[in-house]
Amino acid sequence: MSKLEIKDLQVSVSTDDGPKEILKGVTLTIQDGETHAIMGPNGSGKSTLAYSIAGHPKYTVTGGTVTLDGEDVLAMSVDERARAGLFLAMQYPVEVPGVSVSNFLRTAKTALDGEAPKLRTWVKDVNTALQQLNLDPTFGTRSVNEGFSGGEKKRHEIAQLELLNPKVAILDETDSGLDIDALKVVSEGVNRFRAQEGKGVLLITHYTRILRYIEPDFVHVFVDGKVAESGGAELAEELEAKGYEKYLTAAV
Amino acid sequence: MTVTDTARESVASGLEMPRTESHLNPPGSYDLADHPLPNGREEIWRFTPLKRLRGILDGEASDAGLTWTTTLPEGVTLTEITAEQALELGELAPNDRPSALAAANAGGALLLDVPADAEIGEPIELRLHGESVDDLVWSRLLIRVGRHARATVAIVHTGSARYSALTSVLVGDGAVANVLSLQDWDDDAVHLGRDAIRVGRDATVKHTSISFGGDVVRMHANVEYAGPGGDAELLGLYFADQGQHLEHRLFADHTAPKTKSHVLYKGALQGQGAHTVWIGNVLIRKVAEGIETYEENRNLVLSDGCQADSVPNLEIETGEIEGAGHASATARFDDEQLFYLRSRGVSEKEARRLVVHGFFNDLIRRVGIPSIEDQLLETVEAELAKNVLKDFD
Repeated sequence: MSKLEIKDLQVSVSTDDGPKEILKGVTLTIQDGETHAIMGPNGSGKSTLAYSIAGHPKYTVTGGTVTLDGEDVLAMSVDERARAGLFLAMQYPVEVPGVSVSNFLRTAKTALDGEAPKLRTWVKDVNTALQQLNLDPTFGTRSVNEGFSGGEKKRHEIAQLELLNPKVAILDETDSGLDIDALKVVSEGVNRFRAQEGKGVLLITHYTRILRYIEPDFVHVFVDGKVAESGGAELAEELEAKGYEKYLTAAV
Repeated sequence: MTVTDTARESVASGLEMPRTESHLNPPGSYDLADHPLPNGREEIWRFTPLKRLRGILDGEASDAGLTWTTTLPEGVTLTEITAEQALELGELAPNDRPSALAAANAGGALLLDVPADAEIGEPIELRLHGESVDDLVWSRLLIRVGRHARATVAIVHTGSARYSALTSVLVGDGAVANVLSLQDWDDDAVHLGRDAIRVGRDATVKHTSISFGGDVVRMHANVEYAGPGGDAELLGLYFADQGQHLEHRLFADHTAPKTKSHVLYKGALQGQGAHTVWIGNVLIRKVAEGIETYEENRNLVLSDGCQADSVPNLEIETGEIEGAGHASATARFDDEQLFYLRSRGVSEKEARRLVVHGFFNDLIRRVGIPSIEDQLLETVEAELAKNVLKDFD
C-alpha cells in the first residue's frame, strides 16, 4: 500500500514583507503504484509542494491535509516522514563535508529500518546501486555531495532512492542539468524503483524530455500554486507543443 | 549569544615607506622590558581574560616541572642545553611576555634533535603531564629537524599546571616535519604557548594545534622562512565547553620568495561562557615575491551563550605574488544540512552528530598521525556526548 493524498494544501513562506502564500489549495491523490508528473512554469510552486510534503522548516502549512496511507504526514517531523515511507530527491542536494557517502547511506538505512543492515549484503547492495548509476566504486569514500558534479549529485539521489526504497518518491527536477546519457541512467533507476509492487512517484519537471523515459500515468499542469489541469500522458505532449501560455493567461 | 565575525585587510598604506614589522607580531626580544605587563587593552591581549591567567604574567621564578614520558625512536635524542646554546642553535626569540618569561625562567632548554638525513618513521612522542594547577611551570624546548630529515613529533599535554612554554621548531633545508601539539588538559589548567617555526629552503612543515581541555589556553603558531620554496601548513582544532577560553593566534611571516602558507583552523563551542579566539595574520614582505597563502577559520556554535571571535588579517608589502586569501565563518548548525540528513530518516540527534563529526573529521584526517587521529575522533565523540546531543536524550 502507498497512497499519498494531498487535499486543499495551502502553504506560505515568510518574506521580509510578511508571509507570502505559494500553494493555494493543491489537491492530488497518488494511488498505489501510480506515477504522476507535475509540470509547470518557473515560480508556480512545484518545488514548494515537494519541500512542504517533506517538511522543510522554511514552509508553513496554513491549510489542508497530506496523508500517507491514512497517516497524517503534516503532524510528523522531517525524519518521521522519511521513516513513514516518503523520499524526496532534491533539485539541489546539500553538501555535508567530512561525512562519507557510505557512512551517510548506512546511517540512513539503519535509521529507516531500525537496525543496522547486514554488512555483507549491504556492501553488495551499495556497490550495485552505485554501479548501476555509473558512479565510481570510490564514490563511497567521498564526502556527501561535496565537489560532486551536477550529474553526480542527481545520480547519488537516485542511488539513495533505490537503496532506501521508500513507498513514495518525490523527484524534484531530477532531470535538470543532466545530459542525455545521465538522464537515461537516472530514468532507468527510477523505473527500477517503480517496477516494484505499489510504489508511488511524484515527478516534478519543467520539461517533457524525462517523460519519454519515465512514462507517467497522469500529468498535472501546475500554475500559480495549484493544479490547473490534469490529464493523461497526452497532456504532456500538448504542453510540449503549445507551452504554458494558455494557463498563464487564465491565471492573470 | 555573541558571534563576532570580522574580516579585515590592512594593506600597507605608504608603499614607498618600507615597513618590516607586523602590527600584531612585534619583533622578538629576550628583554622583558620589551614585553611589559599588559593591562588587557593591548591589541595582542584584548581577547584574553588576564585575571584567569593565575599570575603567570607576574613571572615568578619556579622550578616545578611537568612529568615527561617520551617515545624516542632510534636516532632521535633529547638533551639539556644551556640558554647560550639555544641561541647558537638559532632559537626564535620570544615575541610576547609569557614566552619571554619562559625563556628567562626555564633555566636552560631542552633540545629534541633529529639529525640530518634521518628518516624517522614512527612518531616521536612527548607526553607531558602536570600534577596540579598550583605548579607554575616554565618550559623552553627546541626541536631541530636536520637537513633532508623526516620526522613527526607529537606533544601531548595532560593533567594540570600553570604552564608557559616557548618552543622553537627549526626545520632544515629540504626536511619534512610534522609537529602536533595537543592540549588535553584538566579543566583548571592554564597554558600559554608559543610554537615558532623556521622553515628551511624547500622544506615542508605541518603544524597542528589541538585544544580540548584547560581553563585558559592561548597558543601561538608562528612560521617564518629561512629560504625560498618553504611550505607550511598550519592546522588547528578546538572544542570549547562551558566557561573555557581557547585562543589560537597564527602568524605566517613570508620572509622569503616562493614560499607557501596554508592555515585552516576549525572549532566548535558549546555551553555558557565558552569563548574561542582565532587571530590569523599573514605578512607578505617585500622580498616575498611569488608566494601563496590562504588562511581559513570555521566555527560551529552548538548552543547559546558562546562567543567566537575570529579575525583574519593580511598585511601585504608586495603584490607580486601567486595568491593570497582568507575566509572566516561562524555559524550554528546549517538547517539545510540537517534537513537533508533528516529527510533520509536520520533523527535530529543523529543528524547533528553526523554534521559535527564531519566538520572535525574533515580536519582530523589531515593530521597525518594515525594513532593520534583515532584518539582525536574519540575525544570529539566524548565532547559531543556532553552537550550537543544531551537535549535529545
